[in-house]
Order: sequence, then C-alpha cells, then structure tokens
Amino acid sequence: MPRPSHAERPVIFLPPRWNIKRGLNGDFLFKGVTVLFAISILGILLLMAVSMYRQSLPSIHTSGWSFIPGKEWDPVGGTFGALPYIYGSLVSSLLSLALATPLSIATALFITEVANRRVGGMIAALVELLAAIPSVIYGLWGVLVMAPWLQRTVEPFLNDHLGFLPFFSGPPYGVSMLAAVLILMIMIVPIITSITKEVLLAIPDSQREAAVALGATRWEMIRMAVLPYGRSGILGAVILGLGRAIGETMAVTMVIGNTPKISLSLLDPAYTMPSVIANEFAEASSDLHAAALMEIGLLLLVVTLIINSLARLLLWGVNRPTGGQA
Amino acid sequence: MSEATTDAKIRLDRLNVHFGANHAVKEVTMAMASNSVTAIIGPSGCGKSTVLRSINRMHDLTPGARVNGSVLLDGEDIYRKECDPVTMRRRVGMVFQKPNPFPAMSIYDNVIAGYRLNGRGRRSEMDALVEQCLQRVSLWDEVKERLHVNAMQLSGGQQQRLCIARTIAVMPEVILMDEPCSALDPISTLKVEELIDELKEKYTIVIVTHNMQQAARVSDTTAFFYLGELIEMGDTKKIFTNPEKRQTEDYITGRFG
Ligand SMILES: Nc1ncnc2c1ncn2[C@@H]1O[C@H](COP(=O)(O)OP(=O)(O)OP(=O)(O)O)[C@@H](O)[C@H]1O
Ligand SMILES: [Mg+2]
Repeated sequence: MPRPSHAERPVIFLPPRWNIKRGLNGDFLFKGVTVLFAISILGILLLMAVSMYRQSLPSIHTSGWSFIPGKEWDPVGGTFGALPYIYGSLVSSLLSLALATPLSIATALFITEVANRRVGGMIAALVELLAAIPSVIYGLWGVLVMAPWLQRTVEPFLNDHLGFLPFFSGPPYGVSMLAAVLILMIMIVPIITSITKEVLLAIPDSQREAAVALGATRWEMIRMAVLPYGRSGILGAVILGLGRAIGETMAVTMVIGNTPKISLSLLDPAYTMPSVIANEFAEASSDLHAAALMEIGLLLLVVTLIINSLARLLLWGVNRPTGGQA
Repeated sequence: MSEATTDAKIRLDRLNVHFGANHAVKEVTMAMASNSVTAIIGPSGCGKSTVLRSINRMHDLTPGARVNGSVLLDGEDIYRKECDPVTMRRRVGMVFQKPNPFPAMSIYDNVIAGYRLNGRGRRSEMDALVEQCLQRVSLWDEVKERLHVNAMQLSGGQQQRLCIARTIAVMPEVILMDEPCSALDPISTLKVEELIDELKEKYTIVIVTHNMQQAARVSDTTAFFYLGELIEMGDTKKIFTNPEKRQTEDYITGRFG
C-alpha cells in the first residue's frame, strides 16, 4: 500500500492537555522522583551490607573461612563458628515450609474452589487475622502451651514409635527443633494461604469452565486448570513464606531451646542465626564477639539473597515454557 | 417443525433461569433435532448464553443462578436428581467465546486433556486421536511439526480451533458454541464455519452468534430471543426471508439490537 501523501493525511488535533511544556515537565519530575527512590533503595541495601561487612572485619580476620564450617561457638575462649546457626536456620525454615505448603494450598483451594462464598469469606478473614498476630504472641503460646504439650505427649510418642530413626532420638525437652518447626509452620501458613488465595481468585473462570465442560470433576478441574495456571503465583507465595520463616526471630528464639548444637534429632534443642543475634548482641563479651554476631547477620543477609535468587530462577524456569502471550 | 419432532436430540421445556432477582430466561420451550445446527440470535443481554449454558449445566458453577424447568437430552432430563453432570458434560461439549486453551499445556496435551480424564490410553491410541482431531479442525498441517510446544504460541484463530479439537476429542454428541468466532479474523471464521458444516454429520450443534450472515450460512434452524423470551424459531431460510414476528424482522433487518 503506498503511503498517503501529506495532503491526504488526516489532521490530528492534540487535546489541550497534551501541552508539550507541561507534559515534559511533569514526566521529567515523575521520572526523576521514581529513579531517585529506586536508587535509594539499592543504596540503603548496599550501605547496610558494606557497614555490616566493616563491622564484622575483626571476626573475618580472626576466623577467616573457618567461620562458616566451624561448629564451636565460644565467646569466652574467642572461637566463633557459625555452622550450628546456619544449620538451625535452614532446617527449621525448610521443614516448616515443607509442612506449611501443602496445608496452605489446600486451605486456599478450599476457600476459593470448594466452600460457598460465605464460609470461604469467613475462613479467608480468619486466615488474614492469623497473619496479623505479632510473632511474640505465637512465641509465648509456643513456649507456655505448645512446648510442654510436646514434651508430655508428642515427643515421647515419636520417640517410642520412631525412635530408631535418628530424627526422633533422644530425650524430650519440649523446647526443640520440632517446636520451632511447628511454630514457624503455624506462622507461615496464613501468609502462604492468603497470597495463594489471591492467586487463585485471579484465575479467569474461563479456565475452570474449559475443564468442567470437558467433563472434569471439581478435583480434576483443580488439577487440570487451576493449579497449573496459578503455579508461578503459588511458588511466589511459598517463597514469601520461606523469607518469613528464615527471618523470624522472636517466636523461634522462645521455643527452639537456643543450644548451638548440630543434631539430626528434631527432639533436640537448636539455635538459629536471628536468635543468636537477638540473644547475645546486647551483652557481647568482647569486640570480637560483637563482630562475630555481625558476621552472622551478614551471612543471614547472604543466605536470604541466595534463597531469593534461587527462587527467582525457579520461577523463571516455571514460567518460561508458557512463553507466548500468556 | 420445532414442537412436534420426536427425534429431538435436545428439548428445553419451560426453561427458566434466574440470577438472584434477575429473571434472565423466561419459559423457553424449544427442540433441536439430531445432526442439525441451531443458531440462537438476539440482541445483547437477551439470554442467549444463559440458555446455551443451561444445556450442559454450566450454571452449576455460578453461585446465585437458579434453573427451573427441564432440559431433555435424548428424552432424559439432565436436571433430574440421578443425573451426574460430569458424565453428562462428556456428552455435551462446549466451545467458548474467547479461546481458552490451557496455557500450561502443550498443543498435544490440550487436545488430549479431556480424553485423559477417562484414564490413560495407550500412547499410540492417543497419538492417533490427536492427529484425527487436529485434522478435523484443519489445524494438523499447521501444527504437526510442533505438537509439544506451548499452546499459547498459536494465533487466536488457531487457539479456537484447538479448543474445538479438544472438545471433539472426548467424542460428545452435542457441541454448544457461544459466539465461537467473535474473537477471530474473517479467514479463521470461515474455517470454523466450514468445520461446523462438517461436524454436523456427527454432532448436534447449537451456536450462539451475533453475526446474522453466519447464522444464515451455518444453521438449519434459527431461534430469535428477545428479553429472555424465545420470540420465534424455525427454518433458517424462513426466519431470514419471511419471519412471522415483527420483532424478528426488525432485528434481522438491523432496525434494532
Ligand atoms: N453470571 C451471571 N450473574 C448474574 N447475572 C447474569 C450472569 N450471566 C448472565 N446474567 C444476566 O442474564 C441476562 C442474560 O445474559 P446472557 O449472558 O445470557 O446474554 P447474551 O444474550 O448472551 O448477551 P451477549 O450477546 O452480550 O453475550 C443478562 O441480564 C445478564 O446480566
Ligand atoms: Mg453471551
């Protein structure tokens, strides 16, 4: 098709709000402000990382690389190894995530796909309420109610019947890795559930109808249309839950027993990175001790960043095959 | 002819649909013959989709929707208590206005999705079925090299034909189509129309359309709806050349709607 000549081109009148000067200024200002905020967020992160690094220099110089695989934590003798804390953080958050994920997805599915609107709405509101409870309350309940109950009933039971497994060996203390895993699970289920619920609600009904019109039952519809469509969003919800679990300090500190020991047994007390920082920072016995705690903080930052990046990678891998204009 | 046919595949008898206080479909009685194409036309909001969706109990999914009256499929009411809607829907397939392939699945898996609900077939059987269904919707030549790529990589028209292939892969007896071409370009529309003409040999088809020419081209019988009521139903040629009711004439000549 030949291009229309100048004379044929329709004349376009720009409405007055497209006043060039005003548009330019407004855009410039808007762009400037957003860029400034974006940079300042990055700047704060960098500033934090750098200052944490500098504060932990004494520890880095003293312990070197052995800080990470080191199992000994002796503030008086001046030996600092972070492995028990790293182990405790990873195990408690990953196990709680493994328990919380299916529970949360099932709850979200119940709210959006199974329950009628009234019941679903009520449960959703309840879940949101649970997500808003301060973690110290969970911790208090955990240490005063749940841990004694674990000590009296659950842990002896596990030990009696599954004690031949290394995961359930040893005496019941109540405060333990198990307690931390359970309290974390209770705390992250509401978060994962409420985000998953939003994800499911955003799935177009046309997808559900497509499955149902093919003769799918409700469960088949969920498996065929709902979950695959929402998978990347659900994965995002799980990652947020993991972030919460790994950073949670107060509740975990109250129930985990705070013993820097690496044990396969869930019945044994353990320790996490945030907990040791919170417990020891105020009364650090020496500059080296304070620096070692700072280095743990730095490690926690790095671990969190690594987990988040891995999750992004995973998300990217899940999303890629969808491609196209999905 | 609409009333007395004994070989009616589908018969609606005094069908009423309410959405809350909204009486969307009023006392509709009509019949669709086996191996025929019935077009449902009428202005927007007159209840065409609502009627169509009551033929495979799609309203079960809509909270607040109430269906009264009966829909007979081969003489049996699909709204009776003993009727299992899941089994019934395998006999009454549906194609929607907007193509809705499953975005997480490949082309192949989309076609076979409904079939797989009945348990896993042998690989060779499934391969044959996929080829056959895609052939029927004349999509095979366009996609045979890339059966395992994601279905969202197809164009809108191809996606719609894929959805039709997915529907016929469960071998239904009836296919309901709700404005299947409204999101398609003229060429894809033509292909779907040709397809409807072929499918008629094996299936009973009910199609909702806003396109008068399309109704005239593809259907044997046309039903005109207005404000939730069936105004007139009859031989397509007659409806379009010599309708009995004034409202029908006004609508098809474009005087309102
Ligand atoms: N899910 C629903 N909830 C509430 N009301 C509905 C629902 N679906 C349809 N309705 C109402 O039922 C009436 C008929 O709608 P329907 O979708 O059947 O119209 P239609 O003839 O298919 O229109 P269109 O040509 O625009 O698709 C309308 O008044 C509409 O508001
Ligand atoms: Mg409609």
